[in-house]
Amino acid sequence: MSQAQLIVALAGNPNAGKTSLFNALTGARQHVGNYPGVTVDKKEGEARLDGQAVKIVDLPGTYSLTAYSLEELVARNYLIGDRPDVVVDVVDASNLERNLYLAVQLMELGVPLVIGLNMMDVAEQRGMKIDVAKLSQLMGLPVVPLVARSGQGVQELLRQAVLLGSQHPQWKPLNISYGADVDQGLSELAALLEGATPRQGLLSARWLALKCLEGDSEVMERVRENQALAGQILPVCQRLSEHMRATLDDEPESVIADYRYGFISAIARQALVLEREVRMDFSDKVDRVLTNRLIGPLFLLGVLYGVYQFVFWASKTPVEWFERLFGWLGGAVEATLPEGILRSLIVSGVIDGVGGVLGFVPLIMFMFFAIAIMEDSGYMARMAYLMDRLLRAFGLHGNSVISLIVGGGISGGCAVPAVMATRTLKDPQARLATILVVPFMNCGAKLPVYSLLISAFFAHRQADVMFALTIISWGVALLAARLLRSSLLKGSQAPFVMELPPYRTPTLKGLFIHTWERTWQYVKKAGTILLAVSLVVWALMSFPGLDAQQAARYERLAAQAQSDQERQEVANQRAAAELSATVAGRLGRVLTVVTDPLGFDWRTNVALVGGLAAKEVIVSTMGTAYSLGQGAKKSVDAEPLAKRLAASPGWTPLAAFALMIFVMIYSPCVATLAVIRRETGGWRWPLFAMLHHTLVAYLLALLVYQGGRLLGLG
Amino acid sequence: MQTISLRHLAPGQSAVVAKVTTGGELGRRLRDMGLVPGTPLKVIGRAPLKDPVEIKLRGYNLTLRNNEADHIIVEVE
Repeated sequence: MSQAQLIVALAGNPNAGKTSLFNALTGARQHVGNYPGVTVDKKEGEARLDGQAVKIVDLPGTYSLTAYSLEELVARNYLIGDRPDVVVDVVDASNLERNLYLAVQLMELGVPLVIGLNMMDVAEQRGMKIDVAKLSQLMGLPVVPLVARSGQGVQELLRQAVLLGSQHPQWKPLNISYGADVDQGLSELAALLEGATPRQGLLSARWLALKCLEGDSEVMERVRENQALAGQILPVCQRLSEHMRATLDDEPESVIADYRYGFISAIARQALVLEREVRMDFSDKVDRVLTNRLIGPLFLLGVLYGVYQFVFWASKTPVEWFERLFGWLGGAVEATLPEGILRSLIVSGVIDGVGGVLGFVPLIMFMFFAIAIMEDSGYMARMAYLMDRLLRAFGLHGNSVISLIVGGGISGGCAVPAVMATRTLKDPQARLATILVVPFMNCGAKLPVYSLLISAFFAHRQADVMFALTIISWGVALLAARLLRSSLLKGSQAPFVMELPPYRTPTLKGLFIHTWERTWQYVKKAGTILLAVSLVVWALMSFPGLDAQQAARYERLAAQAQSDQERQEVANQRAAAELSATVAGRLGRVLTVVTDPLGFDWRTNVALVGGLAAKEVIVSTMGTAYSLGQGAKKSVDAEPLAKRLAASPGWTPLAAFALMIFVMIYSPCVATLAVIRRETGGWRWPLFAMLHHTLVAYLLALLVYQGGRLLGLG
Repeated sequence: MQTISLRHLAPGQSAVVAKVTTGGELGRRLRDMGLVPGTPLKVIGRAPLKDPVEIKLRGYNLTLRNNEADHIIVEVE
């Protein structure tokens, strides 16, 4: 990478095809990071033009550049603070006017700008003809027509961007008129700001003045820091505001917006010709069916059910391959290494632990694939539309459905990105309620637990039981949200104003990239946190072990044994005694005092404690607990854990079901707790989630197990 | 010509935005999405529980709740 590497920032509305363009530009050369101090994803990648590397930074998708949302602030602060060489604004040609609203704001800021006029094919289908040369001339910017999905025009866009960026142009803020009153106010404020701001060299005084009139919270905060300046500026803003309210019955910021749209309309009138009116396009026709009062909800349920069937069907064979691979790996290590602590560490700690998790990667991958299809096709937004009224009844927000689904609402998500996704919720109380109930969803880490128990006890009804678990998790989440919103989190509702993007056939490339990104996040977690936790758990389950006296006793018994059968008997007893003597064994036994009424034995308790670190650990810990506890140290048993559980005394389908309910609801994992802490700004809510959720889980599992026994089910 | 709020438009009915009677966050969000005076719009439909409402404006589809639609005053023929 040369030092003079050009930086191109991609801006644009959500759904304008920014991601497609980013993928087309960078291919596989991309990575995801964070903007400093916040957890908004920062995607960066590298494009190549004539052998030269160009850095591409994908800004969050926004409709505007106000201080209204975190994404908008992040995008704006990146542009101002990092000053990329050139900005490409991805504009949806079929939705020109609204998309140009962001372009105008970028022009007001003055960044060196190239317009990527995307979805030219869609615009054409809708009977729109855009005069690109005219548009470019009117806006005074390079405009490149694109079909980012197919890659058409992408190289030309990059060429234009590099051409402009390599000239390192000065920022040239666009000056448009916002009407006589605002213009006069702007001049007054700009004169005051000219000499006063520390950012004066970088930002135009007029832009700052504009933001003051718009009541931009961030700029105003900076102004207030300088008391002398604030004393001059605030009265001007106030006077103008009062004047406009009196004369136009309107606020300056809405007048400014009206003039921006006026500017855009003037451009669109000259550059856009509607050749034929398409009264109802394909997307509207589909919507008539899919958001129909009767068909819509049924279709939604059908989609959810279809997703399970697909995921289980598609992942069955690869999951078996993974199981065999790790079984073989364990066997190979056993055959090479001498018996002892190292072999136990590698086989029982590392291979069993990580293998138990990675074995489920195909399942999680297909689930992410299904979620990506729903997102990329535009159906996810319809789900929010269909669900909003219902979710609002429980004190949530239509957008909560996205967090709930990412968190595992269709099973197979992760609470960590789901908690982060709640940032799109502007209603603080609904957001907090969403954050707190998202961990009830069946995340990808709980799937291995369900999968294990279902294949052991409900082998013939896999999809049905999974479906029931999903319905239960939604029921618990919604009821909990309702209770929270009428007790701890009382408060009003925030806006639900959302674009319903047109239905599109997702591109395979886009689906693969989305699936890969999320699967990789899961694998990374498995590879790092889980390896560490597996090792800690292995240590807890291996030490301190038997004391010398007891060990000597078993040695003696073994020596006295007459037959192989007797020797095996002694070995089993010894293994059980060893595990029982470890830290984990002792803790698990102590906990049986409270877990007996739920039907959990001490091994389950150990696994649940381990699961606090990450739910994936539950399966690996049970694997370790059973393989150690049953004296299987000599060889990794080919028999899967599921069969072993099914054959174990004390396990019944009812106990397994109670355990699944407990795992679904009890304390979020450490990673989720950490994110909740970061998102809520303190320890109060993560601690609440940990204790409250565990208590609810206990009560519900108790109800299931004892209730089931009363009904004669177990 | 008659002015009513967006809530009272029936599916399939067209109108032109006359005024947006709210400021603050909601007002800003509505403006960002292109709902400013003079904008033609059409009601596409309502969700199964009659709320939210789906409208078409500037060539794209937008959804908002009835209590938000109350703030959008439109002119109908």
